[in-house]
Amino acid sequence: MSAKPTFATIWLDGCSGCHMSFLDMDERLLDIAAKVDIVYSPLVDIKIYPDAVDYCLVEGAVSSEEDLHKIRMVRERTKTLISFGDCAVTANVPGMRNPIGVKPLLERAYIENATIQKQIPLDVVPALLPMARPVHRVVPVDVFLPGCPPSADLIYGVLVDLIEGREPSTAGARFGR
Amino acid sequence: MEAPATNKIVIDPITRIEGHSKITIHLDDAGEVADAQFHVTQFRGFERIVQGRPIHEMPSIMARICGICPVSHLIASSKACDEILSVEPPPTGADLRRIMNLAQIVQSNALSFFHLSSPDLLFGFDADPAKRNIIGVAGANPQLARDGVGVRRFGQQIIEWLGGKRIHPAFVVPGGVDAPLSAETRDRILSTIPEALAATERAIAWYKETLVRFEEDAATFGDFPSAFMGLVDRAGNVDHYDGWLRVMDAQGRLLADRLDPRGYQDYLGEAVEPWTYLKSTYWKTLGYPNGIYRVGPLARVIVAVQMGTPRADVELDEFRRRVGRVPSSSFHYHYARLIDMLHSIERIEELLRGPDILSPRVRSFAGVNSNEGIGVSEAPRGTLLHHYKVDDNGIVQWANLVIATGHNNLAMNRSVAQVAKHYVKSAKLTEPMLNRVEAVIRCYDPCLSCSTHALGQMPLQVQLLGPDGAVLDELER
Repeated sequence: MSAKPTFATIWLDGCSGCHMSFLDMDERLLDIAAKVDIVYSPLVDIKIYPDAVDYCLVEGAVSSEEDLHKIRMVRERTKTLISFGDCAVTANVPGMRNPIGVKPLLERAYIENATIQKQIPLDVVPALLPMARPVHRVVPVDVFLPGCPPSADLIYGVLVDLIEGREPSTAGARFGR
Repeated sequence: MEAPATNKIVIDPITRIEGHSKITIHLDDAGEVADAQFHVTQFRGFERIVQGRPIHEMPSIMARICGICPVSHLIASSKACDEILSVEPPPTGADLRRIMNLAQIVQSNALSFFHLSSPDLLFGFDADPAKRNIIGVAGANPQLARDGVGVRRFGQQIIEWLGGKRIHPAFVVPGGVDAPLSAETRDRILSTIPEALAATERAIAWYKETLVRFEEDAATFGDFPSAFMGLVDRAGNVDHYDGWLRVMDAQGRLLADRLDPRGYQDYLGEAVEPWTYLKSTYWKTLGYPNGIYRVGPLARVIVAVQMGTPRADVELDEFRRRVGRVPSSSFHYHYARLIDMLHSIERIEELLRGPDILSPRVRSFAGVNSNEGIGVSEAPRGTLLHHYKVDDNGIVQWANLVIATGHNNLAMNRSVAQVAKHYVKSAKLTEPMLNRVEAVIRCYDPCLSCSTHALGQMPLQVQLLGPDGAVLDELER
């Protein structure tokens, strides 16, 4: 076991653009990987979210029952939870459905815009919550990192601040950009 | 639907910790695999949330469908808006759109090949999961990892230099693009091309050596006859931005050619299954589910006469000698993806060297001149269609999106069933089976952000249930 801090990323209801911006750190990704143990992420192959994770970046809004289970579990097991990008921070694009309601949303896709077997999927797939919510409406959040997506420079700066024990600086972050 | 006596294997994310997809494998009375279902579990409802919003917002909202291929949605959306404006972009505007689109093909194909699939190819499907990621690749084969990071950056940088940022850029707008290209940016991109070509050719050489070790897998990884569909230009060569749809069957015969994508509803149907949020698109003439076809890099290199650029054409000739004119295995998506990437880099250079590429005329201006528009492009994963209806003020009344991964849905389901049939031989689950079930899905590089997302490897919990629902066997990874 190493003494390096443990680091995780997860995604809820988003477009994966924030994770792509994380990859846009390019070679700096290898610097980060040298400074932390990546213990869980869709980008690596470890399957179980461990106990006592130091830092977790959360992309996406909380939109389905599955998202809800996941974020509650992650919060319990994580020291510093970072709302990663506008969908996590404000619900952003997933939240655009909130004034419409779940039923008309599903009917457009699966009844009106289908050729055959028109029906709302109900088996196995998780039900949508009535509203897509920002992460902090569901569990406490420690750091907010806005942007659509946050730039790779910003992500790198915040991670280095956290790893080196400083208050993370999100100066330069902008919503919607 | 399953009969009460049917055994089934549910491959489920571990207590819903992670993963936006799941798999169920159905067994018949004899314990043999009867069928498989690939469940996509996220839904955002873009077709409805854009209703009531002005069309000039469409490209930037629709780009948020996917952070891996936002440019594809920018392009298809802007092309649908071009029709509503009843304008064509000036030729330079169209060429600049092509450059950004190709840059995205390069970065997305690089992500799929290097970051996500090369660990399996380098270490093998049965290797230690702890090292099977891009960081593990960097330790074992630093050149391969550097090339992967470098080629992906090449594409992302072009997008940033044209559109101001790498993910969810602006730039592509109804009528063309929002700014001409400067000589400085052109030269900056041109200076990065030689290294991108060299890195891609190194990857192709490495892949060709690697391929011989995976012959057994290639024979079971989604190896079945199906049709293929993609856009081609006037000469029948690959076109990622415009042109006509060509559909070829498993014997290499054209089922259709010179199809206007605007008529998609005449020949493509969309079916709903109760167990997934991803609709399955099918070729109407053959019905559902017989009208199965594949799209994406493999389909593009199959339906085209040639790629239309010199280096990629040499590689395509060799591809056809090695795996055949119409290869039936989805394993060859990897190989095709590399050739598609090489072609895209060559085309970017050709376009940048065009005599009018610095022209200030890049955008056609107009108001709403039509109440309906359909836009098409080749996204990294295949043909993408956006279809909007607006009122006279340009307020969206209705939208339909046909996403590349939806075209491949029937093929992904069949592939999972095939891998399961090959590896599930009794009521005993094995690690190699799970590895391969993940890997066969990864061949299609399903951009589930375009309906959900499943980048990387899905955590799996597999249960083998008896007819009474009792757990016969269980495996986690």
